[in-house]
Amino acid sequence: MHRTKVKVLEGVLDANDTIAQANRGDFDRANITVVNLMSSPGAGKTSLLEAVIGQLDGVRLGVLEGDVQGTQDAERIAGAHTPSGGHVPVAQINTDPGFGGECHLDANMVRSALPSLPLDQLDLLVIENVGNLVCPAEFRVGEDVRAMVFSVTEGEDKPFKYPLMFRAVELVLVNKIDLLPHLDFDLDEFLTNLDDVNPGVETIHTSAKTGEGVDAFRDWLATRARRSVAA
Amino acid sequence: MHELSLSQAILDTALRHADGRRVTAIGLRVGHLRQVVPDSLEFYLELVSRETVCEGATLELELVPARLRCNPCGGEWELESPPFRCPDCAGSDVEVVAGNEFEVESITVEEEACIAPR
Repeated sequence: MHRTKVKVLEGVLDANDTIAQANRGDFDRANITVVNLMSSPGAGKTSLLEAVIGQLDGVRLGVLEGDVQGTQDAERIAGAHTPSGGHVPVAQINTDPGFGGECHLDANMVRSALPSLPLDQLDLLVIENVGNLVCPAEFRVGEDVRAMVFSVTEGEDKPFKYPLMFRAVELVLVNKIDLLPHLDFDLDEFLTNLDDVNPGVETIHTSAKTGEGVDAFRDWLATRARRSVAA
Repeated sequence: MHELSLSQAILDTALRHADGRRVTAIGLRVGHLRQVVPDSLEFYLELVSRETVCEGATLELELVPARLRCNPCGGEWELESPPFRCPDCAGSDVEVVAGNEFEVESITVEEEACIAPR
């Protein structure tokens, strides 16, 4: 018996990325734009989506909800009305049964949920990832663009603590901006820290509570969706 | 926590290349920019590899420092921590040259020294 070193040179996430490519293919065939929306737990992803749905007409949105357990978020999205009184299709992925309670969505989980969404009837799909600032940034799911919600209660230092997440995104929604008068949070310091980690990243200041910035987020989504319609 | 699913992915890759042979070591390259905790990886890998040919295999970690290049001025430097900006011209049009690696580089397998015809 002797030992031999065998070259492998294979990315640990290659298997995930292969499935993400398959998802990408399905999204392209359906001609939809897919946004992977990430944040820490409780930053306000679902609240912002509810607020956006209330202002969204002319873009056919679908939502894929990822949570370890529970269907509360999907129920909230299903209960939200568009300005013309419509509802958006929503599907729920729970990472607990069958997925080992994963702290993130991976490409395979998203793939398993696609049949429950009418992709052909959508322009835009928002995948609301499991609330977590670490793991979701590692796993591509076939999205066009990644965005995150950061709430001002989380502290200015977070870009330095979770650089992978803050660097992975093209848009940072700075949420709960209505709370600024009650906090010691230094918005300028946060924006400087963010710019150090992801120079030039786009930001929108939002409050799901007061509605501030929701129109800007809606427009950002609509622009993304139209890009795929035009293409 | 995602180290558990990453360990499973590392194990799957190693098993595929092991082709039934016993694996004594797994060589892994991890870039400085990955948010992976080596100790957790080792812990979970030991757990998921039980009752496979990888059981007891040691994890040989090679940590790859992060290197960035400034596109306008062409300078390259090693990055310990942010900012992701050129130290010479302060430009933000920078490219990651190294530090995003996360790959199974090699496996060490046990093989018969000589296979004699029977």
